[in-house]
Amino acid sequence: MTQASSGGRERPLSPHLQVWRWHVTMLTSILNRVTGVGLYGATLLAAAWAVTLAAGPQAYSLYMGLLGSIPGKAALFLVTVSLFYHLGNGVRHLVWDAGRGLDIKSANASSAAVIAFGLVAAVAVWIVAGLMGAL
Amino acid sequence: MSHPYRTPLSRARGNGAAGHGAGHWIAERVGSIALVPLILWVVYAALQLAPMSRDGAIVWLGQPLNALLMILTFVVSIWHMHDGLRVVIEDYLATILVKSAALLANLFICVLAGGLAVISILKIALGAAL
Repeated sequence: MTQASSGGRERPLSPHLQVWRWHVTMLTSILNRVTGVGLYGATLLAAAWAVTLAAGPQAYSLYMGLLGSIPGKAALFLVTVSLFYHLGNGVRHLVWDAGRGLDIKSANASSAAVIAFGLVAAVAVWIVAGLMGAL
Repeated sequence: MSHPYRTPLSRARGNGAAGHGAGHWIAERVGSIALVPLILWVVYAALQLAPMSRDGAIVWLGQPLNALLMILTFVVSIWHMHDGLRVVIEDYLATILVKSAALLANLFICVLAGGLAVISILKIALGAAL
């Protein structure tokens, strides 16, 4: 992009956050990126799980000890919420790509739905994990 | 893809679309669709694996279907997260040197993590980690 020549009129820039009223579809868009970046880190942790499992009993017990600690479990719970949110919102994007659900009313409703799905599915999975003795 | 109506000058200037955006867009969706069942499976797998000992996890990964699905989940997830972070980098990093370094780091980290995960799973699945 070339700079506007000096002395010309100031060109309008894209909307600034200060003058942009928050709305739920904006939140779901930002959350999709944030959870995506978080899941990038989580996938690297999953790769480390496979590596330590293959490496030997000492490496594995050390790593599982880290994941099983209180901060480890808190991180894994956040990963679970992020995973289900990103999954739900990803399906929502695929529906949009098919040309459906793009009107404001549907988009607002599906925003609430994917946020609720992320939270409810994550809590459900952790309850099942607790019942299976995995915690 | 040919551009019959473009003049040689416009071609030399590199104006217009690159001509491969649609393929990239479709590839992103194909990966996303594949991840829907794979992620549901991997959550189920994690629930099974979490209470297991190391020996139990090794026996579990020794089942070909589990090893296959685990490798597929890693490969498609890492492909997807590479594409995703690439877009984030391209959106927020404007300096050419910083952007190039970040894109290169993203690619190298993804290829390295994917290679390590696949080799580790194969080593276990083929019985070399007991």
